[in-house]
Amino acid sequence: MIRFDSVSKRYPPGVDALSDLSFDIAEREMVVVSGHSGAGKSTLLKLIAAVEKSTGGAVLVGGQNVSALARSALPYLRRRIGMVFQDQKLLFDRNVFENVMLPLSIIGFPPREAALRVCAALDKVGLSSREKALPAMLSGGEQQRLAIARAVVSRPNLLLADEPTAHLDAETATDVARIFHEFHHVGVTVLIATYAGDLFPGARRLQLDHGKLLP
Amino acid sequence: MKVWLSHHQKAALLAIHRLTATPTNSLLSVLAIGVALALPAGGQMLLANALSLAGTNSAAPQISIFMAGNADRKMAAEVESRLKKRGDLKRVQFLPREETLARMKANPGLRDVIEALPANPFPDAFVVSAADEGPEAMERLTVEFRQLPRVEHVQLDSAWVRRLDALLQLGRTAVLVLGVLLGAGLISISFSIIRMQVLTQRTEIEVSRLLGATDGFIQRPFLYFGLLLGLGGGVVAWLLVGAATLWLRAPLGELVRLYDLTLVLHSLDMRDSALLLGFASTFGWLGALISLKSHLRHD
Repeated sequence: MIRFDSVSKRYPPGVDALSDLSFDIAEREMVVVSGHSGAGKSTLLKLIAAVEKSTGGAVLVGGQNVSALARSALPYLRRRIGMVFQDQKLLFDRNVFENVMLPLSIIGFPPREAALRVCAALDKVGLSSREKALPAMLSGGEQQRLAIARAVVSRPNLLLADEPTAHLDAETATDVARIFHEFHHVGVTVLIATYAGDLFPGARRLQLDHGKLLP
Repeated sequence: MKVWLSHHQKAALLAIHRLTATPTNSLLSVLAIGVALALPAGGQMLLANALSLAGTNSAAPQISIFMAGNADRKMAAEVESRLKKRGDLKRVQFLPREETLARMKANPGLRDVIEALPANPFPDAFVVSAADEGPEAMERLTVEFRQLPRVEHVQLDSAWVRRLDALLQLGRTAVLVLGVLLGAGLISISFSIIRMQVLTQRTEIEVSRLLGATDGFIQRPFLYFGLLLGLGGGVVAWLLVGAATLWLRAPLGELVRLYDLTLVLHSLDMRDSALLLGFASTFGWLGALISLKSHLRHD
């Protein structure tokens, strides 16, 4: 599903975020990338979604070298990937339903089918009763669940999450982790960058340290 | 195709939503565009009416030939004979001095003045229409007629039409220059407004990109916004020109009546109205496109 082949990422003026990284992630696998702050976890996820481009090596997603993708091809790659961002990136002027609807509007889903999918996604994360609420009216845990619903509504086969349990209390973090496990159990490949790897028992661990993979 | 249409429909609705979300800003922008466009549109309206005035009131150009006051009828007959022998004239009409006097006396304003004169002040005259009505041919004939015996004065009656034509040509150029300048102004207004829109929608643009939106998907609502802004300005300009037409109709009609002409001022016709709205929409869209190309390029 994902292959990193001697991947490096260097930011100007010469700061190495990732150095010579090589690993594979199989389809339907659940992997946790852990490491201290600044270890390169977020950069790794950004390279997979082609938010950033590697400065060395090749990042392959579904056999496609995303580092070499044309700009016009990037949207179609991202539509196959569900992303939960560290800062959630919710639209605060749109309600819960409209936030989750956005990926389907982008794809051009028929409105009726899209509405059913949104309801199903909100039901999955336990936000069915809050669909008219604005994100600012939600708690931190609810906002995180909203971000997850938006990431999975288009039923991607790859789900990326950057620190999905950061700033959540222990109970809410466990609840959010459970949701990721559920998606993994229905066949979604899940890759989570987190400092709280203990919340994801059974997941394969990739430990990063200063941009390098620890054995 | 269905998806494409659905995307356009949603983008247009989103653009309308953004326009109505800030009604005061939108209204002022549309008014600014409308007032700017009303100038060339009003100029075009006046030009079209002036053209119609020229078309209605200018007959075929004619040459009037006036005999000397002391020339007798025999001399006039000789001139008439010479004129009728020419092959380059379409019509030769003799106006005897008595007939001219009678016609002038029929005018109540002139009767008293003419009756006070000791003798008939009018000479015998001819009104001539040429086969070739081109300005050069007419000028040549005028010079030739001046050489006829006992002819005192020759007048080319189409001069005022040519002056009007020259003025209309100047008017057309002025409207074109004004249109180009204010069209550029409209593009500039649309450019700035879309730039502000892009800045305020930056988060949505970023999120949409991360969720797989294409450039087209992101740009479409902004392009519709620019188009609607231009179209709104065009409608305002059309209304302003219509109001100005109604306002000017009576005083202008009165003015041209003093010159013995008739004019009923008309607003922009269907063609000019469609052109105004089309150009306004296109310029608004173009301003949005240029703005998006320069502000979304590095995102």
